[in-house]
Amino acid sequence: MSTEAATTTLGIDHRKLGMWTFLGSEFLFFGAFVSAYLLYLDTTAGGPGVEIFDIPFTSISSFVLLMSSLTMVLAHHAHTQGDMRRMRLWILATAGQGAVFLGGQVFEFSVFVREGMALDTSPFASSFYVLTGFHGLHVFVGILLLCSLYALSLTGKVKPNQDLKTEMIGLYWHFVDIIWVIIFTVVYLIPEIAVIG
Amino acid sequence: MSSTTTERTGYAGRPRQRDGFMGWITTTDHKKIGIMYFVTVLVFFTLGGLESGFIRWQLGQAEQSVLSEEVYNQFFTMHGITMVFLVVMPLSAAFFNYLIPLMIGARDVAFPRLNAFSYWGYLFGGLFLYSSFALGGAPNGSWVGYAPLSTDAVSNMAFYAVGINILGVSSLAAAINFIVTILNMRAPGMTFMRMPVFIWMALVTNFLLLFALPIIAVALFMLNLDAVFGTQFFEPATGGDPILYQHLFWLFGHPEVYIMILPAMGIISEILPVNSRKPLFGYAAVVFAGAAIGFIGFGVWAHHMFTSAIGPVARSAFALSTMFIAVPTGIKIFNWVFTMWGGKLRFNTPMLFSIGFVSMFTIGGLSGVTHAIVPHNAQQHDTYYVVAHFHYVLFGGALFGLIAGIYFWFPKVTGKLMDEKLGKLHFWTWLLGFNLTFGPMHMSGLLGQPRRTAVLPGELGSTVELYNLLSSVGYLVLFGSALVFLYNLIRSVKRGEASGDDPWDARTLEWITPSPTPYENFHAIPTVTHRDEFWHRKYAEDEAGRVVPVPAGASEDHDPAAEHDEHIHMPDPSYWPLVQTLGFLPFGYGLVFGNFWLIGLGLVWLVVGMYGWIIEPLAEGDDDDPDDHAPSSGARAAASAH
Amino acid sequence: MREHPPARRSRRTPVLVGALGSAALVLAACGDAEQNALDPAGPFSQAPQDLIIPVAWIALAVFIFVQGLIIFSVVRFRTRKDDDGSLPKQIHGNTRAEIVWTVVPAVILAAIAVPTVQGIFEVSGEPDDALTVEVIGHRWWFEYYYPDYDIYTANEMAIPVGTPVRLEMTAADLQRSADLGVIHSFWVPRLAGKQDLVPGQTTFLNVQADEPGRYLGQCAEYCGLSHANMRIRVEAYDDADFESWVAAQTTPATAPADGTLEAQGRELFHELGDGRLACASCHQVWEDGARSPGQGPDLTHLMSREEFAGAIHDMTEENLRQWLADPNSMKPMQYEVNGIGMPNLDLSDDELDALVAYMLSLE
Repeated sequence: MSTEAATTTLGIDHRKLGMWTFLGSEFLFFGAFVSAYLLYLDTTAGGPGVEIFDIPFTSISSFVLLMSSLTMVLAHHAHTQGDMRRMRLWILATAGQGAVFLGGQVFEFSVFVREGMALDTSPFASSFYVLTGFHGLHVFVGILLLCSLYALSLTGKVKPNQDLKTEMIGLYWHFVDIIWVIIFTVVYLIPEIAVIG
Repeated sequence: MSSTTTERTGYAGRPRQRDGFMGWITTTDHKKIGIMYFVTVLVFFTLGGLESGFIRWQLGQAEQSVLSEEVYNQFFTMHGITMVFLVVMPLSAAFFNYLIPLMIGARDVAFPRLNAFSYWGYLFGGLFLYSSFALGGAPNGSWVGYAPLSTDAVSNMAFYAVGINILGVSSLAAAINFIVTILNMRAPGMTFMRMPVFIWMALVTNFLLLFALPIIAVALFMLNLDAVFGTQFFEPATGGDPILYQHLFWLFGHPEVYIMILPAMGIISEILPVNSRKPLFGYAAVVFAGAAIGFIGFGVWAHHMFTSAIGPVARSAFALSTMFIAVPTGIKIFNWVFTMWGGKLRFNTPMLFSIGFVSMFTIGGLSGVTHAIVPHNAQQHDTYYVVAHFHYVLFGGALFGLIAGIYFWFPKVTGKLMDEKLGKLHFWTWLLGFNLTFGPMHMSGLLGQPRRTAVLPGELGSTVELYNLLSSVGYLVLFGSALVFLYNLIRSVKRGEASGDDPWDARTLEWITPSPTPYENFHAIPTVTHRDEFWHRKYAEDEAGRVVPVPAGASEDHDPAAEHDEHIHMPDPSYWPLVQTLGFLPFGYGLVFGNFWLIGLGLVWLVVGMYGWIIEPLAEGDDDDPDDHAPSSGARAAASAH
Repeated sequence: MREHPPARRSRRTPVLVGALGSAALVLAACGDAEQNALDPAGPFSQAPQDLIIPVAWIALAVFIFVQGLIIFSVVRFRTRKDDDGSLPKQIHGNTRAEIVWTVVPAVILAAIAVPTVQGIFEVSGEPDDALTVEVIGHRWWFEYYYPDYDIYTANEMAIPVGTPVRLEMTAADLQRSADLGVIHSFWVPRLAGKQDLVPGQTTFLNVQADEPGRYLGQCAEYCGLSHANMRIRVEAYDDADFESWVAAQTTPATAPADGTLEAQGRELFHELGDGRLACASCHQVWEDGARSPGQGPDLTHLMSREEFAGAIHDMTEENLRQWLADPNSMKPMQYEVNGIGMPNLDLSDDELDALVAYMLSLE
């Protein structure tokens, strides 16, 4: 079907165009959750508010996730070179960093719950957990995709000349990272600074 | 098909039949999927219509209790959900499916299996919603599902939140599919400004879906989580804001109105020129007006909330944007009228319904402008005046247009004409019944009858009662009219008059191929040199607009020699879209009943389905790999079978 | 009332059925409808009316123009019997025409927009010297509290004629109700347009009646099961009558004399026995001390109201008795499911006699 790429009207492969279109929709999905979160920033119903965030901890896990974008780029580059061994290595590294991030999120959630912020504590708590939870779900799906890519490249279902597949997963992965940059800034940093300042 | 020689690469084999029951449920052919959408819509339209019948029965007389309050509330809620999400939207999708590839000169949509996924998602989403009747009661919180009423378990609105989200996933997949198809699969030479208006309106509609659906998904997730899992998004006791739900809902809900009306506008923009025997007046203006409606459509949502808790500044801003959106709508209406102007009009059934659309939609548009008069909106809001308004837009508008489309493209799908006499009987009774049902509602609303009330209070007076009686009589007329339509459909499918390939002397590419459409759509992909390409292959036009016929050979497509040269690459059938979408059911019930086992089962099901899909190539022997593989013998066999 | 519509409202004119001409219907419309949005009875319903009438004329003109164009085109440009089969002149458009039908509607709309925006601010401001009434929407009845007089009442709101009344509205009182509140909308068309009541928030609405009388309305935002049975009555009194209404409402109820049936009823009201919920756990009959209403309507001056149960039933002995015996038969409610509405208390005939007698004594 990559032949189609040459014959498509816009010269872009259908799947790539489809992925871009999908990500456009995803932006609004997260946008709506972020708006709800901002609306409920102070609506803590007597429970914990933004002061509960551990900025240094989350900064580290955010850094790990950001670095995974770099390894994703390297994976795609290796694939375009036809170097499947190196591509698999970088894919594993990307998935591993995603897993570290997810682990951090699970740990963070468990700390918050112990400190008295559960899903049903307040609109603030609900919007925090659901927003970051949906992001975590996206990371999880990304890890699944990366693992599948890894496995399929081992069995030969993903071939050296099919770097579009790596590129597509890369697009998704970068999107998930960008969303996290927004979430980390808007959800953690700015409100926390506002509280301290 | 005879694909015995092909190496099989997917799990569990793959379906081989192209015909019969298995052929239908495993199909990835956009035409068959379009037909399945259409037939399913007929079923849901019947259900939604019967629900409204009970509503009209109950309100036919003051203080009448045919149904209990509880059942009435379920019926009017399901009527709204059904007509919006299970009838008008998927009927548009049926047209998108069947026509988009044909009108842009393509053999299929960009993602044929995703297309099947969309259909099954629609079917299971609809069945899921209706299964609520057997599982503790249907949703009874109205189609807008305002919180916090909807987060109360007695409203059964978890079914609504989850059901609409399933339909939303299906629509989102379809939107991506159609956008990529339109942007990327146009025949050589079909530039944007040569695309049929229907394709333009489909493109705008699908972009609206793309950006509106994620917002309603968020609102419905919140509703679902509040109702079942204890989150506090809309819970006033802990400071949750019910108005947030309204904003999110209408940020989707208003574009949704245009999602429902734009396809019908596209349809009549094709039918009016063909039957006026003239090109569309002001093509560019109609296209840009459609796009403008799409854009502005995202900036008017709060006009549904003028009586809600929003301040005077917001009220003023949204009043202005609401008035503003009437301008592009007016542009369209005038262009349609002037398409007829100076033509030679043929009044076949599609044309009658199209003219009916322009006329009825104008009424709906004018009453729409009166909503923008905010102080008086406070009198009209949530009364039968509003019910009248949006039925003039969605029934007199969208449904008239879509029915026009059914009569118009029926010959394309079946190779037969629908009966004109029955068609005209259908049109005139439909027009009469429609106006009799919804016309009086303008007055009953202004005279004080609120909507969504299970009782018509006697204290509203005898005039209101009379108007309600007229509406109920109008329903009976519509009911009879719908039977005529249904009979005409069935009769024409069975023994309709043969239509020939081009019964209307039409203008666009879909009529260039034989009717009914062959499996591969076009024997050879046409090259486009004009807007209204097909017309220009039949006629030419001199500088002054005088028509000079083009001699012979209307269509190059019938040249059998073309068949041999071309490698026709068609997608194979697949089980996976059906298998995967079944996973929505356990997932959905898990979300409704708060059962994590079911949710887990559904998720695993969906993921496994996804893997089956990924591993199976689109067509046998096709491994996304251009270098090492010869063209699929299976697809070739299928193509030459026609 | 479903079975027994009160005589006051049963003015049916079957004669009208014959008059199918829509013009006649529109004229007749203003006759007997007491919830008519086109029949303003005060400044806050007059203002929107003054805005919509000219807009309606403009809309009518546009309607006639567009439909006229359609009909003219259909008649004039139909294919004639003697048609030669040739195609008409192929016209693709006309830029000047496009500009005209873009600009002209835009100008008309701009002309409508200016007074609309003015009107929005006019009706929403707080009027001077207004009487304040707090409105609380419950499922499925409206409660009114007069902070100036410390009066609680339900279903029927009394206001003085010619005085602007500022309604401060919210839905359900979270402190005292199992009903955590859903959105309602207060709508008495002849006095003002509607305004939603939102739980957890306060919204405002101005109403004023220029003539004494009874004005009908009902909840206009769907609020669940008995939404249709949530009616509003506004009783506009002239100043003297309003003062005597206030005087009556601010007088506490007096306990009936010992040994009477009413006294028995009063006892049952406070203590029902057999583990049954007493009336007093949800309703108040204020005799002394501070007023503190419960989850249900305040019953101190029950008999001063003409209707009950969301103002769908006349306040008769027979209706009250049926209501106490089996509330759901009079109005569907959800007490058994989520604690909203009036429970069935399994009252014996003797208990019913006593309680109804007590209710009838609450003048």
